[in-house]
Amino acid sequence: MSQETLTMSTMTGAARAGQSAMLKRPRWGEGIIQSILFVCGAVSIFTTLAIVFVLGEESLLFFGSEEVSLIEFVTATRWQPKIGDFGILPLMLSTLLTSFIAMLVAIPIGLSAAIFLSEYATPRTRGVLKPILEILAGVPTVVYGYFAVTFMTPLLRQIFGPEVVSVYNMAAAGLVMGVMVVPLVASMSEDALAAVPRSLREASYGLGATKLETSLRVVVPSAVSGIMAAVIVGISRAVGETMIVALAAGAGPLDLTSTPFQQLQIWLIPFQSGETMTGHVARISGGDLSYNSIDYNSIFAIGITLFIMTMALNLISRYFVNRFREVYQ
Amino acid sequence: MSDVDKLDASTRAVPPSQPRAGRSSADMDLLRMKVRNRQMAASIVRVVFFSSILVALAALLVLVLTIANRAFGYVATTYKVDPDTLAPMPLEELEVNQLTAILGNNINTNVFRRLDREKPFAERDKADVLALVYERVVQPKINETWGLFDSLFYADRIRATVAEKYPGAELIFRSWISSSFISSPMSSQPEYAGIRTALLGSLAMIALTMLIAVPLGVGAAIYLEEYANAKNRINQIIQTNIYNLAGVPSIIYGILGLAVFVRGLESVTSGAVFGVTDSNGRTILSASLTMALLVLPLVIINAQEAIKAVPYSFREASYGLGATKWQTILNHVLPTALPGILTGTILAMSRAIGETAPLIVVGASTFIVNDPSSPFSKFTAMPILIYNWTARPQETFRHIAAAAIIVLMVVLILLNMTAILLRNRFRQVY
Repeated sequence: MSQETLTMSTMTGAARAGQSAMLKRPRWGEGIIQSILFVCGAVSIFTTLAIVFVLGEESLLFFGSEEVSLIEFVTATRWQPKIGDFGILPLMLSTLLTSFIAMLVAIPIGLSAAIFLSEYATPRTRGVLKPILEILAGVPTVVYGYFAVTFMTPLLRQIFGPEVVSVYNMAAAGLVMGVMVVPLVASMSEDALAAVPRSLREASYGLGATKLETSLRVVVPSAVSGIMAAVIVGISRAVGETMIVALAAGAGPLDLTSTPFQQLQIWLIPFQSGETMTGHVARISGGDLSYNSIDYNSIFAIGITLFIMTMALNLISRYFVNRFREVYQ
Repeated sequence: MSDVDKLDASTRAVPPSQPRAGRSSADMDLLRMKVRNRQMAASIVRVVFFSSILVALAALLVLVLTIANRAFGYVATTYKVDPDTLAPMPLEELEVNQLTAILGNNINTNVFRRLDREKPFAERDKADVLALVYERVVQPKINETWGLFDSLFYADRIRATVAEKYPGAELIFRSWISSSFISSPMSSQPEYAGIRTALLGSLAMIALTMLIAVPLGVGAAIYLEEYANAKNRINQIIQTNIYNLAGVPSIIYGILGLAVFVRGLESVTSGAVFGVTDSNGRTILSASLTMALLVLPLVIINAQEAIKAVPYSFREASYGLGATKWQTILNHVLPTALPGILTGTILAMSRAIGETAPLIVVGASTFIVNDPSSPFSKFTAMPILIYNWTARPQETFRHIAAAAIIVLMVVLILLNMTAILLRNRFRQVY
C-alpha cells in the first residue's frame, strides 16, 4: 500500500487523473486474504480459550455436584470414586514422585551431555553424538512405556527382589521417564551454553583456567537461566507425560491413609504402585465413559489441575529464557 | 569440585607480580604439580561428561534390543490335529480348493455352511482359507515362548525343557512380525492378531490431521511473519500463546477433544448431518481434529522459521515489479520456503503418529476388525494397539506388541529420513 501512495505523489496531474482509477482500485482480495490468514493465527487463541473454558466449565459441574466440594478435592487424602472420595492428593503425589525420579535421572545426564556437546565435542563428534539424542527424543512415549514394563520393572525386581518391587511401580516409570526427558534437557541446555559469548571463555583461558574450570565456573553460571528453563520444561514434560505412567506405574491411587512409617517407605523406596493424574485420566477414559457421570466430570477437574501445573511451569521457564536472551542478544 | 576449589585457591596464592626467575625451584615444582593436578581433574571430568552421552546411547541400545528380543524367538506349539497328517505336503503349498476340502472334511457341516454363508468359499482367497484351516482344524496352542537371546544362546536348554514339559509340542523359531501380521485384522487371539486395521486407522487419521493442520498452520505462519505488526498487542499474544500451547501436555488436548469434538460437535463428527447414522462422536474425524490442534503449534513454529529464512530482497524485487503483497507471498515467499515447511510438516506427522494419550481420551476403539471406510468410522490406531497389548499380562501379547512397535518405528524412521533428505536436498543459504 505504501508504495502506491509513493508513486502517486511523484506523478503529474494528468497522468494521475488517468491512472488513479486503476491505482486506487480497492484490492478486496488482498484484504480478504489477510483476514483469512488472521483467522488462522487466531485459531491458536481459540484453542487456549477452549481449553480454559471446557476445563473450567466441566470442573464447575464437578465441584457443583453434591458428592464433592473444592475443599474436599484439594485436602482429602483418598481418591476412591466408587465410594465418593475425590481427594486429588494421592494422584498428585504420585505425579510429583515419578517426576522427581525422572529429574534425578534427566538433570545430571542431560546437563553433562549438554556441556560435553557444547564445550568439548569437535564438530565431527557432535555430528555423530547429537543424532543419538534426537532419536531418543523421537521415540513415541508408548514405546518407552513398553520399555518400562518389559525391561525396567523386571530389572528392578531382579535387583531388589520381587517381594520388594511390585509388578507396577513408580520407580520403573520414573526412571524410564527420566531417559525420555534427557534429550529435552540436553538440547535446551546446549542452546543456552552455545549462546554464551566466546569472549567469556577466551578471557577465562587467558587467565590460565583449564577447560573444566572454564566450563563450570564461567560458561555454566553465565547460562544458568537457560539451564533453569530447560530443567523446568523437563519437569513440566514429566508431569504431563501419560503413557509411561499409565503402563508402568500401576492402576490404583496411592494409599495415604497408612501409618507414617509406611508412608516414609513409599517416599524413600517408591517400589509400589501409584497412579498419577495422567494415568488415572487415561485409565478411566479408556472405556466407553458415559457423559454426565461423576467420573466423566472428574477427568476435567484433574485436567484443569494438570493444566495449571504445567502452564505455571512453562511460564516460569519462559521467564528464564527471556532473561538470558536479554543478557546476550 | 572441592579439589578444584583447593587447587584454585592455592594457585591464586602465588603473587602474580613475582618474577619467574625469583622463584625457588621448590616453588616451581609445586606449581607444576598443581597445574598437572588441575589438568588431570579436567580430563577425568571430561570422561564423566562423555560417559553421560554413552548412558544415553546405552539406553537407546537396550531399548532396541528389548524390542528385538521380544519380536523374534522360539515358540513351543501343540496342535489339536497335526498339520502333517492333513496333507502330504505343507499346507502353505496347497491350492484353495484342496484347503477348502480339508476344511470341509474336518469340521462340522453346520459350521462349514455358516462360513460359506458369511462369504462363499468360491470367493475366498488362499490366505483366508488357510487361516480358517489353522483356526478351525489345526488349532495350534502356544505353550511357551522365548525371547531372541534365549533362543540364540540357550537353544539346547529350551529344547530340553520343551521335550520334558510339553511332549508332542513343536518348537519353531518364529518372527512375530510377518506379512500376515501386517495384513490381518485384529483378533483376540495373539497368534492370529494383526495390525492391518490399526495401521490403516493411523494412516487415515494422520492424513486427515495434516489436511487440517497444514493449511491452518502455514496460514498462521504467513500472517505472523508477513502481515502482523510485531508491536501490535494481539499479535504478540498470538505468538506467546503458540509457544505456550506447544508446552501443554497432550492428554489435555485429548480432554479438549472429548468435550468439544466428540461430545459438543457430535452431530458433525459422527456424520449425522451428512446422513451417517451408525456412529457416535468417537470417530476418525474427532481424533484428527484433536490431533490437528495438538500439532498446530509445531507446524506454525517450523513454517515461521522457513518463511523467516527467505531473504527480504526477494520480496522487494517482487514489489518492484508491481506485484501485490499476496502475489509476492504466493509466487516468491512460499515456493522458496516450501522445503522448510515440508520438513516441519513431516516432523509434525511423526509426532502425531506416536501420540497415544489424546487418542485414548477421545475414545479410539480398542477392538476393530473392519478397515476404516470414511472419516466417520470408528477406528483404532497403532499406538493404541501397542498400549493395549502391552497392558495385558500374557507373554504372547508382549511379543506382538514388540512386533507392532517395530512397524511403528519403521514408519517413523522413514518419515524422518524423508525430512532429513528434503532438508539436505533443498538447503540453500541466501
